[in-house]
Amino acid sequence: MSAPLKIGPSVMLLAGSLALSACATKAPPELPPDPGPATTTDSGPRTLGPAPGSQADFLAQLQGDDTIYFDLDRYNIDAEDQAALAKQAQWLLRYPGKRATVEGHCDERGTRDYNLALGERRANAAKNYLSGLGVDQSRLTTVSYGKERPIALGSNEAAWARNRRAATITID
Amino acid sequence: MKKLLMFAVLAFSAPLAAQESAQLDIMDEDDGGGLQVTVTDDSLWEDLGIAITSFATDRDVPTSTNAGSTRALGRALSQVIADNLRNNGLFKPSGPAGLPQPGYTQVPAPDYPVWSLRSTDMLVQGYVRVNPNGRLTIGCYLYDVALQQQLGKAGWELPPEDWRRAAHKCSDMVYSRLSGESPFFDSRIAYIAETGPKDRRLKRLAVMDSDGANHRYLTSGQATALTPRYSPDYRSIVYLSYLNGNPSIYVYDLEANRQRLISRSNNPTFAPRWSPDGRWILYSMAIAGNTDIYRVSANGGQSQKLTNAPGIDIGGSFSPDGRQIVFESDRSGSQQIYLMNSDGSKQRRISFYGGRAATPEWSPRGDQIAFTHMAGGFRIAVMQPNGRGLRHLTNSWQDEAPTWAPNGRIIQFFRTQRNSGRASVWQVDLTGRNERRLPTPVGASDPAWGPVRP
Repeated sequence: MSAPLKIGPSVMLLAGSLALSACATKAPPELPPDPGPATTTDSGPRTLGPAPGSQADFLAQLQGDDTIYFDLDRYNIDAEDQAALAKQAQWLLRYPGKRATVEGHCDERGTRDYNLALGERRANAAKNYLSGLGVDQSRLTTVSYGKERPIALGSNEAAWARNRRAATITID
Repeated sequence: MKKLLMFAVLAFSAPLAAQESAQLDIMDEDDGGGLQVTVTDDSLWEDLGIAITSFATDRDVPTSTNAGSTRALGRALSQVIADNLRNNGLFKPSGPAGLPQPGYTQVPAPDYPVWSLRSTDMLVQGYVRVNPNGRLTIGCYLYDVALQQQLGKAGWELPPEDWRRAAHKCSDMVYSRLSGESPFFDSRIAYIAETGPKDRRLKRLAVMDSDGANHRYLTSGQATALTPRYSPDYRSIVYLSYLNGNPSIYVYDLEANRQRLISRSNNPTFAPRWSPDGRWILYSMAIAGNTDIYRVSANGGQSQKLTNAPGIDIGGSFSPDGRQIVFESDRSGSQQIYLMNSDGSKQRRISFYGGRAATPEWSPRGDQIAFTHMAGGFRIAVMQPNGRGLRHLTNSWQDEAPTWAPNGRIIQFFRTQRNSGRASVWQVDLTGRNERRLPTPVGASDPAWGPVRP
């Protein structure tokens, strides 16, 4: 889901460069080198993508699996979460120099204090699972935002389901 | 912060009016004042015709208050008193507009026939004057017109910037004499001021008087601030901040204008609360996802862990005698309310209702525990400390986090609007009637009502 979003700006940048070169007919020698060939030296389909090992790369590779979702008042890791965390672990093991923070969040239908504690519990559940897959605990931190940082703004079941989450953010 | 310091040096025992020699700051107990013996139901007080007159002055001279000259200040004082009594649904006072204005010499000797003709039951009169040293002396009298008797009087000498405190003390005197209840108006509220959209909300620590006046922001909003509590002596505020990235409890010293972390641990800490004597702070700390309640001396030092059940144990509110703590735990599978002794012993569940029960707060009177009852909507409810006598006081989509007035008769909480997430502070009395929104400059949540000021 986030992969197309990441390619978008690159394509626009490229289009911008083409437009620039098309307009600047008067002084061809002063033009900067064409950005296209420089990036094509990279291998594979990530030609125009983010730098390998960056947070942008993490998001592009995970395609939405950087975040796992929880049922109401729960913090257990279900099969879907396991698949997502396995992909996260795979990426983290590929870039052993990277650290990550797991952010725990809750929906608005809980009291403030409890949600802070519940968000922490969710973040820890994800962290523990990643650690079980071989990611060194010392590379992982947690932070709870309780109900303070909703991503979906409505007050309905669909929005609440999207807000009950643990999001892994890699640190560049 | 410096202004707060000056509150501490107030003298309330200063002589009252020039024409009276020996004065009491609060009336003696055997004054026989007619009503407090018989009136126990709010609805009876509400029917009292109570007139609040403009406070008189001996000389109309400039003051260094924001109200103007002594004459204007006299009117402002009575307006604050009338607003206090009216806004809290306690009485339906008249005045000061539209009422005769007593002269300075009439203050201790009211013109009873005039007030009888106007069918006034209770009469409040007072005066203000400027002392040579620039401080103010403000006096307040309560009369029963039918009995032609003085029910109460009080006087205060105070720095000009504190003039509203005299109006609150006078309101407290009138309210206490007529209702038999303990005072509460001269108190302050700490809360979180909220601005901005739901997903990028700015949350700042703020304080105000019980009527919303003297509002002040204490933090910039750069770091999210949550769940403040005034210390019982008003010298510091304990609250949660994301200042260092992780939610952590800070003790903010209002006089020194600096703050310190309550725990040196890197683990997140939440839900700070004071003991009624101000010597202890309860807080909750999560270690590896498991949250427990701790107790630490307000001066710092080693923390003592009070709970160790797997799951989330959080919050906590001391009984007025400091012997017990009511707290919240999900050890049974959902949020419920538990009691324990203040050393952590004898933990037992007391809430057995449908739904979840959270954020318990023990009444300063000791007889009730207020909490958030989540069963469909989020409602403010009260129960007895034995878990019996559940009563809902509000019925809205999301009401949360009750805090008690110092006298245990009124509860403030915050109400969140569906979808927009806009929050505001409200209050309701123990009857469940007289619900009203508090005036705050921007959105407001997490109110914490402090005690009556010394």
